[in-house]
Amino acid sequence: MTNTVVRRVLPPVVLGLVALLVWELGVTLARIQPYLLPAPSAIGKQLAVVFPSLWVAMLATGLNALIGLVVGSLMAIVFALLASRVRVIDHIIAPIVAAIAVVPIVALAPVLTTMFGATSESPRRVIVAIVVFVPVFVNTVRGLRQMLPVHRDLMQAYAASNWQVTRMVTVPGALPYIFTGLNIASSLAVISAVVAEYFGGLQNGLGSRITSAAANSAYPRAWAYVLGAIVLGLIFFTATLAIEKLATRRR
Amino acid sequence: MSAVDVIGVSKSFAVKKATVVALDDVSLTVKAGEFVSLIGPSGCGKSTLLRLIAELDSPTSGSIAVFGKTARQARLDQSYGIVFQSAGLLPWRSIAANIELPLTLHGVSRTARRERVAELVELVGLTEFASSYPEQLSGGMQQRVAIARALAERPGLLLMDEPFGALDEMTRERMQAELVRMCAETAAAVIFVTHSIPEAVFLSDRVVVMSPRPGRIRAVIDIALGDVRGEKLREEESFFAGVTAVREALHGAPESTAATNAARGVDSR
Ligand SMILES: Nc1ncnc2c1ncn2[C@@H]1O[C@H](COP(=O)(O)OP(=O)(O)OP(=O)(O)O)[C@@H](O)[C@H]1O
Ligand SMILES: [Mg+2]
Repeated sequence: MTNTVVRRVLPPVVLGLVALLVWELGVTLARIQPYLLPAPSAIGKQLAVVFPSLWVAMLATGLNALIGLVVGSLMAIVFALLASRVRVIDHIIAPIVAAIAVVPIVALAPVLTTMFGATSESPRRVIVAIVVFVPVFVNTVRGLRQMLPVHRDLMQAYAASNWQVTRMVTVPGALPYIFTGLNIASSLAVISAVVAEYFGGLQNGLGSRITSAAANSAYPRAWAYVLGAIVLGLIFFTATLAIEKLATRRR
Repeated sequence: MSAVDVIGVSKSFAVKKATVVALDDVSLTVKAGEFVSLIGPSGCGKSTLLRLIAELDSPTSGSIAVFGKTARQARLDQSYGIVFQSAGLLPWRSIAANIELPLTLHGVSRTARRERVAELVELVGLTEFASSYPEQLSGGMQQRVAIARALAERPGLLLMDEPFGALDEMTRERMQAELVRMCAETAAAVIFVTHSIPEAVFLSDRVVVMSPRPGRIRAVIDIALGDVRGEKLREEESFFAGVTAVREALHGAPESTAATNAARGVDSR
């Protein structure tokens, strides 16, 4: 038991430490300039210094990502349910989703910031919701269409209502697909929340801290915030995985 | 009252401009508690007939009554239980939850459900698997779960479309014996689609032999093997005579040879 834990955890940890060592030695021995690549020790030092504000920035960006993720995913699932049930809605939504899928958030961010005003968190949340919508919608629709003919016949034989079919067969059958979408969406949510901050507005999140540190040539500090963004992304990803485990164990 | 009255039923499907006549003027009456098998070459409309009785599809012409009601009303009243070739269990529900699915759908209380499921898992011999999941069961066990599910609401009619089609010969014979026992206990009428002549003879009171293109009833053969059907029956002369009678009806051989004590009165149509 502990043996397998050791065997699974030890190699990546060792690899990580070795990589850090090589990085540190490489940067000092080759005299690489900090604006190209700071040494891990320098980043670590900055991490300790900025930790309180890093924590605040992580919370701000994390909250935006979370709200956008929840709202965008819920809308995607609801619309997917509608599209799978009502053909007309399917025909209306499909081109809209195709259009949303190609919206460059880089182009959208400044527009939304102007629209909502520079003191609002809303533009970031809207961007996250839009980015998250597509993968969740596409995967959910695919999952909802997976119903086996034998299950359809069975539910018809039982004279089950549409709602019963949805609740007992279609949605549980689609869950693995929905979670595939959510797994992709959870990482995208953090990335887009960070990137959205690059385009002005409130200066409270990871993205704005990274840009301002870089603008002040404080490269180790910028990297410390990047590290924070990575950790935030990992938290979102593992949290979705954990929810998936819980939900698919007993559907 | 008879369990099923099929009167002059035809069914055709439109497939890319052409029409396939799956059933042509088929009439069949199944008495309450009677076990009737449908046998015939692939594509002769056995599944189609069963689906029409189950009202999963509607006939092009003709009429179908189930316990004196329209097929639709019978479906809405849950007058029949149905078993398909594949068990069609919901993989995310436990065995017990799969069996109680129809009860859940029809608003039976939790305690009543639990009681009924306990009886049913006992009936199909899967008591110790009640909390397992379908993927943990063999094909034969899954098919028994499907049968238990079909029996959950004590239907007076059981529709079975090649329920043992995917099983090996040994499992198949054991399942047949169990089905005979369960039918004796539940007194339900059964319409049983099969490709296997011995299976049809072993199980049935009557065997309906069908022919394809267009799907028609070629012969109805009475099998008089009595109510007690044990494993020994498979080695008896009367059983073989029944098998021969059905085979000859299937292959269109002269029917005179089929007149034995086991197969009385080959009823040609
Ligand atoms: N939904 C459908 N659409 C078009 N044609 C169909 C449909 N269902 C059945 N058919 C046709 O009707 C005919 C009878 O089919 P059916 O499935 O009833 O045969 P079967 O006797 O059950 O055959 P098998 O023993 O192979 O299961 C076949 O020619 C088939 O192609
Ligand atoms: Mg068939």
